[in-house]
Amino acid sequence: MEVDLHLARRGFVLEARFEAPARGVTALFGPSGAGKTTLLRAIAGLEPAATGRVRVRDAVWQDGARRTFVPAHRRGVGYVFQDAALFAHLTVRGNLAYAWRRAPAGERRLDPEAVARRLELGPLLDRRTADLSGGERRRVAIARALLGAPRLLLLDEPLSALDLAGRLRVLAHLQGLREMLDIPVLLVSHSLDVVARTADRMVLIEDGAVRGEGETAAMLARLDLPTAHGDQAGAVIHAVVEAHDPRYALTTLRFPGGRFLVAHHPAPPGTPVRVRVLARDVSLTLDPPQRTSILNIVAARVAELSEDGPAQVMVRLDAGGPALLARVTRRSAEALGLQPGLAVYAQVKSVALS
Amino acid sequence: MTPTAAADLAAVTLTLRLAATATAILLIGGTPLAWWLARTRSPARTPVEALVAMPLVLPPTVLGYYLLVGLGPHSPLGAAWLRLTGSTLPFTFAGLVAGSVLYSLPFVVQPLQAAFEAQGRAALEAAATLRAGPIDRFFTVAVPLARRGFITAATLGFAHTVGEFGVVLMIGGGIPGRTLVASIAVYNHVQDLQYARADLLSAGLLAFSFLVLLMVYTINRRLGPRTP
Repeated sequence: MEVDLHLARRGFVLEARFEAPARGVTALFGPSGAGKTTLLRAIAGLEPAATGRVRVRDAVWQDGARRTFVPAHRRGVGYVFQDAALFAHLTVRGNLAYAWRRAPAGERRLDPEAVARRLELGPLLDRRTADLSGGERRRVAIARALLGAPRLLLLDEPLSALDLAGRLRVLAHLQGLREMLDIPVLLVSHSLDVVARTADRMVLIEDGAVRGEGETAAMLARLDLPTAHGDQAGAVIHAVVEAHDPRYALTTLRFPGGRFLVAHHPAPPGTPVRVRVLARDVSLTLDPPQRTSILNIVAARVAELSEDGPAQVMVRLDAGGPALLARVTRRSAEALGLQPGLAVYAQVKSVALS
Repeated sequence: MTPTAAADLAAVTLTLRLAATATAILLIGGTPLAWWLARTRSPARTPVEALVAMPLVLPPTVLGYYLLVGLGPHSPLGAAWLRLTGSTLPFTFAGLVAGSVLYSLPFVVQPLQAAFEAQGRAALEAAATLRAGPIDRFFTVAVPLARRGFITAATLGFAHTVGEFGVVLMIGGGIPGRTLVASIAVYNHVQDLQYARADLLSAGLLAFSFLVLLMVYTINRRLGPRTP
């Protein structure tokens, strides 16, 4: 899909141009107030003042040059609003049926029963929407959007304002969506963690404009972007489950540059997983560490350095293919003589699986 | 049945018929008007709101007077009606309906407008993304979400038409059997010093009004405080 939209409002200009693959999750990431939600609304056709071009696969929804503007109800987007926007006068079942009845018969690929089961809505079906918790509302909204047989799925901050249990549950469902759907998914989030866990690609948005776009792992390793600075900065590495060690309840993951040992993960060997390694959890040493409690040590080469505040330096490492980020103090960087090309050992204190 | 009792019964029946007709017309015509007022950003909105609210402050006799002049056979509207139906509007049931519709307009439009405004845009936008067209989402989302507004509007419109006096007297003239409604009948009985008849009719109207309002409040309570 292809988006090139322009929208001017009091004191705010949105000027966004990006592309997203016809399949898979693309995150629109940026700070609050950057214009992410407005962009999502414009793609859905809910901002008639937006001009430009929107194309999803072969369908041109908007094209200023050809005076095309397909209204929202003819675009076929599944929109999961931040506040869910459920119909208060209908039950959960009624909300789902509303979408299903209006989905073109030839495009209904999902079975309502299966979707309800998958999103664990069985016990909620006859409840009024006013009585649902935040996480339940979000799950109903996702199911409703899916049952409308969308050609594009839009998710606006799907995990915001949820408690931890709700977040994990909705997150698991979102990750499941990736394999289930043969449509582009756009996800708006201001949380780097959500983006790193769910998105294949990301588009960085600041002040209504696109600052960069690309594959998530590559984007997160770019030191010229604000995403690679601060406490939440970290690398995403695509790995495969290799083996389980029941004696210590550990799982080995293999990636092009080496192996990680992580706490037992239930997936069978061969399953692709993505791991996130925060820059603050990686320390560097010049000699191979011995007699250490740290399990994961990766041989790497320094690729690039960038200041990260007055006291710290962000280091991009080439770990035999994938990139790793390490945040060290400026003092240590000088003491070790860190510079591009130098061979180092990255000691990884913690690896998060998603 | 004595002739006076029959006349009173005719007045009550006429009143109910008038109120039902006016309410039906008001709901059909007032709903799009209320919807427009709730959604538009047009500068015409404020003057139209003021016009709709006029019957609230205008003395009914003034409204009735202008209706009499405006709907009379010498006015363009009255002349057109005369050519179309062969009868004049004033002093007929149709004239009463026209007057009642105008007079009760704010009692129907205002609750509907408030109900439409209170529901916001989120649910309608969600319906649009689920492929519901404008008409579809109006009837399947906006109207059901505004159902308490509809109940209030219908009741107030009906009850207010039953209770009006000045406008129907001016435009209808209180012709027994044709335009003599219950409120005028009470007035006539008092003028004729027939207090027993005035008592009976007044008590009937009082009980009726109370029962209607009681019913509405009960229904609104049942619909629950959390669903608008």
